[in-house]
Amino acid sequence: MFTSFMPSLKRSACAAAIASIAVISPAAAADLNALIWCDHADPALLKPFEDANGIKVNVKEFEGTGAGFAIVDQSQPGDWDVMVIDSIDIPRGVEKGLFEPLPEDKLPLADLYDEVTMDGSTRVDGKRYGITEKFGYNTIGFNNSKVDPADMQSMSALLDEKYKGRIAIYDYYLPIIGMAALSIGKNTADLTEADLPAIKEVLLKMKGNSKLVGEVTASQTALATGEVDILVGGGEWVTAGLARENPALDFSVPKEGAILWSQSLAMFSASKNKDMALKFIQYVMSPEGQARLATSSCYWGMPASKAAALDDAQKKILRFDEQPEFLKRSQPYPAPSAELDKKMQDLWTEMLQSQ
Amino acid sequence: MNELSKIDRALPWMLVTPALLWTLLFFVAPFVAMALLSLNFQAEGGMTVSNYSQFFTNPSYYRAMINSLEVTGMVTLISVLLAYPFAWILAEQIPPRLQRLALLLAILPFWTSYVVRSYSWLLVLAQNGVVNDALLRTGLLTDPLQLANTRTATIIGFVHFFVMLLTLTIFASLKQLNPSYRKAAADLGAGPIRTFIHVVLPLTIPGVVVGAFLTFVLAIGDYITPQILGGNNELLMPQLIMMQIGRRGDFPLASALALILMAMVTIAYIACARWLKIERT
Repeated sequence: MFTSFMPSLKRSACAAAIASIAVISPAAAADLNALIWCDHADPALLKPFEDANGIKVNVKEFEGTGAGFAIVDQSQPGDWDVMVIDSIDIPRGVEKGLFEPLPEDKLPLADLYDEVTMDGSTRVDGKRYGITEKFGYNTIGFNNSKVDPADMQSMSALLDEKYKGRIAIYDYYLPIIGMAALSIGKNTADLTEADLPAIKEVLLKMKGNSKLVGEVTASQTALATGEVDILVGGGEWVTAGLARENPALDFSVPKEGAILWSQSLAMFSASKNKDMALKFIQYVMSPEGQARLATSSCYWGMPASKAAALDDAQKKILRFDEQPEFLKRSQPYPAPSAELDKKMQDLWTEMLQSQ
Repeated sequence: MNELSKIDRALPWMLVTPALLWTLLFFVAPFVAMALLSLNFQAEGGMTVSNYSQFFTNPSYYRAMINSLEVTGMVTLISVLLAYPFAWILAEQIPPRLQRLALLLAILPFWTSYVVRSYSWLLVLAQNGVVNDALLRTGLLTDPLQLANTRTATIIGFVHFFVMLLTLTIFASLKQLNPSYRKAAADLGAGPIRTFIHVVLPLTIPGVVVGAFLTFVLAIGDYITPQILGGNNELLMPQLIMMQIGRRGDFPLASALALILMAMVTIAYIACARWLKIERT
């Protein structure tokens, strides 16, 4: 997308905005500087690592891989040590020359669920550039006191007049397009431009039945406050964190399947603190780190490691025992080429604008 | 004497240099960078207007501009209609010793965070929110209204904010009005309504236009209110711009859309500036 002139253009723009760069640049080279999603900002996750290593972990939250890469582009090489990233986007970072290969022998890969190692994305040219740390499902989240749980076993309920105006759609085009594809019997890995018209038809019907399309907070709030009873794209990431306050919030993996989301940790090749960066990755992948990440105050999710030190109550909320079955019936995010990605986003725009 | 005149000549430039540098660094330079980015400009030559043509050929994209203009126009109109009487009451009906207090009370809610205020409106307008609850309990409704996550909610959120802004600019205009104009109108036999229509209103129009222009500019570029209150049931321009950045990081297209938005603001400014110029003569 960016031409050869763009990096120098961006550098010029950045030079003209020194003040703003200062704001987003991390504090000190001796600390660990991490580009993260909100679940990593939880002190319950970071503090034990900081105390054990006598360092400070400086974090900067971002949403969306594009926004994350933009922060890196505006920073000096070496400013950042580790990054949390959608597993399917690791090859984009490798292509930009951002990431450092990780030593597989120093990572607990054997503890991971086979289905979430995502080697197709986390390994590039035979080298591992990322390790899956957390996963979950974009599926059907619902309030089981307001809807018939039996209806939630099929995606056809999302198009049913019975639930008109009681549905919210999670505002992220890849998983919801993936769900629409599953509903018409398409595999997410095989999607092409030719499939988009049929997917569009499903999306437009889904939008017509819905009340809102919301990002993480808005869709969570809508389900939690009773504004809607169903969240398309919801899953344990919405319901588990609220389970104690509202046990009626639930999720299903319908007969058509669910979309598997997966987030990974990667290390920057320009990091000046690679040993500490690897230690951080090892900590997050440890049984304790995995349990703390899985139950982060921002959102819960399944730990990638089967060895996560969760207690029984936490395992029950995350439906630990059902994971083998859920994983069997799930498909990964669509991982489109840049061209198809653009077409998918345009399709999503068209859906949002439809009345 | 000659030396003094040199200093005299240089002094204005010296005084404006910091402002000029500031504008060059933080407006002109980023603007040029964005313009080049939007054209996919390459150092070795070549550029394209494909990002702009996408906007004009994709109905979902230009629909965002139409939505933005509709919402912003509606917000500006409603805000003016509400703010003028409010400002008039503050300026004319409240005793001068209480006017400061009244203004303070009026702007008090704006000391809270803009984001928090938008989420508060979401809860107020929700199906189980205060508005629906009150209407259902009083028997005025049998089913709750769909208020949250609609264009109406976006407009309510905007109007709540901008009425105060407009009130302040109109209040200032009303206070600057020389009382002898009204006395002269009364001496010539004009009643209160005629005096208001032919004297007060025309003389306070500059304050209204300044406030309306600020409302238009701030509302058309606002991302937070439509994102929180609109429920993404339609996209406005700032949302469309943000969408290009989130996952794909398509900065050239985002830049092109931002410049198109800026062109709309410029057109509004030209319209207002011309109008204000007439008023000043």
